[in-house]
Order: sequence, then structure tokens, then C-alpha cells
Amino acid sequence: MTRLGTPRPHGNQGHHLLLPGDKAPNFSLNATPDQKVSLKDFRNHPLIMAFYPADWSPVCSDQLVLLNQLLPEFRRYHEAALVGISVDGVWCHLAFARERQLHFPLLADFEPKGSVSRMYGSYQESVGESSRSLFVIDEKGVICWSYLSPVGVNPGADGILAALDTMHPEIAGQVAKTG
Amino acid sequence: MSGPPRAPRRSLAGPHLTIPVDPNHDHILGSPSAHMTLVEYGDYECPFCGEAYPIVKQVQATLGSQLRFVFRNFPLTEMHPNAQFAAELAEAGGVQGKFWELHDFIYEHQSELSDPRRFTLLASKATNLEVEMVRRQLAEHAYLRRIREDFMGGVHSGVNGTPTFYINGLRHDGGFELPTMIEALRSPR
Repeated sequence: MTRLGTPRPHGNQGHHLLLPGDKAPNFSLNATPDQKVSLKDFRNHPLIMAFYPADWSPVCSDQLVLLNQLLPEFRRYHEAALVGISVDGVWCHLAFARERQLHFPLLADFEPKGSVSRMYGSYQESVGESSRSLFVIDEKGVICWSYLSPVGVNPGADGILAALDTMHPEIAGQVAKTG
Repeated sequence: MSGPPRAPRRSLAGPHLTIPVDPNHDHILGSPSAHMTLVEYGDYECPFCGEAYPIVKQVQATLGSQLRFVFRNFPLTEMHPNAQFAAELAEAGGVQGKFWELHDFIYEHQSELSDPRRFTLLASKATNLEVEMVRRQLAEHAYLRRIREDFMGGVHSGVNGTPTFYINGLRHDGGFELPTMIEALRSPR
């Protein structure tokens, strides 16, 4: 686990991972060829952003399948939403989501390549892919938790749930409905 | 400036088992007093868990009474539509004292899971289960809550796919080849 740098109020020229307390930069990215998804679409709901290197790669697939399985759990926290982001294009995302039965949007940080990943400090210049990182953003668009994972290690979901518990302690203790 | 509350940082030691092994609750194979503990979070329909299954057997054979092995449910049902059924079947077998027979039967017949009715009959016959009781418990989803508890306990412990192993309480991020597993189990914490 590594946290890099310190929060910067404007822009992110150094490409350091944004930190708790930073305002989440706005974005508008294609989820399908004719549908864009923006940060403001999630206003009033917590948002989980999972940046990952590439569709189809083994670690990414495991990670996204796990997050997909946890969507009902995330929704317990004021309908928290999840998006995945990589530099893959929309057609690749659509095929990957269909194959893995993913029920959340995969956003294409495709053109200009990696621009949103860079703003969040989650881009690997050397390979031209997003770093593997997680953000939990609160209802007001402020980053509540961020985590940069070693690229080859699937970070799981314990950190996301701990962050949601911290944001909404009144929900933390409740037992999820089963079935 | 009042920022949002900070989420707790993870332990530097890495993800660890947050639900301790409980002989009154867990399915445990091996000596309760063994000094090495291997916990698997597994999905019965996952091909990688199927690959790990014979390796765990070899680990058990190699370490004998030094090891206790614990299996917990982690069905990724969005990916594996019959994983929940299989987990419930094994738990139903457990109530009749046959958890490990069912566990083994399922991993040895993974490719047949796509027909749950037929599979229930085959597995019940093979392990001498009272099939009507099993069918009733499956229809009632009698073990849904237990499986859900296993699953969420796993998520909070950092399970990140299947199989995920914990060796003496710490998540094992290495491979599950036999020498790797043995070495990790034998190395002091």
C-alpha cells in the first residue's frame, strides 16, 4: 500500500494519487458508444471508482467480478454506485462486461487517452494504462478514501467497505438482507 | 477545515483473517490443536478452486497432524450460477455429518454441476445422504444465511477472488502450487 504526495487544490500536474479531502475532478466518459457518464450523475450518492489497467487481464477480471458481486452490498450505503475505468475503448468494454456479466458501467478513458486517470493520479505513463486504484467519493463529490494497489495485486473490497462504514456508521452495523 | 472522516488504514501486515477459526462453527479437517492453519475461501463452481482441490489434499497428506484445514464459502454467483446451489448442498450434507464427503464429491464432479436436480441425486447416493431431507433444505435455502456470513466475513478479510487462502491468519498472495503452499505454511510468521 502506498499513498503518494500530498493533496493539491487545483489540477494534478504531478499525477499523484488524489487523497481524502480532495475534490473529485469532474469527468464525462463514454460507457457505451452513445452514452456518457459524468461525476455529476452520481450527486447525492456515494460513488466507488475502480481504475484498472486493462479489460481481460487476469487480475482485473477477478477484481471486477468481486466488485460486481458486491453491488447489492454497496447499495445499502445510500445507493452507492460503482464505475470501472480503464483506457480500453467502449466496444472492448461492452464485450468484457457481457462476458463477465458485469452490471455496472465500464468507462472508456480512451480519448484523450488516460486524461481522467491522470487527473486522479492513477496513470502509468510507462505502459500507457491506468494504475490499479480505488476511490470512494461522498455525496458531495469529495474523496473520502483512496488506495493505490500494486498493479499485480487485486485489492479486494475490504477497504471500500471500511470507507463506506466510516462515511455512514449508522448503516455499518446493520445486517444486509440476504437473498 | 473539516474534511470527510478518514477511513481506517489497512494494517501494514496485509490482509488477515478477521473472523477467527471457530470449531463450533467452521468446517475443520485435521487436528484441532494443529499448529498450522490453512483457511480456504472457495467457490464450488470455480475452475481455479477445482485446480487447487487436489493440491490441498497433497498439502494435508504432507503435513499430516501438523495442519488443520478450514473451508469457507465464497460463491461468486454472478459468474458461477450453480455455485450457491453447490454451497447449500455441501452445508446440507454437513448437517448429516457428511460435509467433507460432499465437498470432495462436488470438486471431483464440478463439470456436472449444471444440472442441480441430477447432481443432488448423484451426490446423495454417492455419500449416503438422506436425499429427501437434502431436497427440502435446498428448497428452503436453509443455509443461505450461513453462506452469506462466510462470504461477507471473507470480503472483510480481503478475499479478492477464488480461491483465496489464509495461512496462519494472513492472506496468502503467492500461488497455490504444492511447494509454495508448504513453504508458506512452514515459514514462521
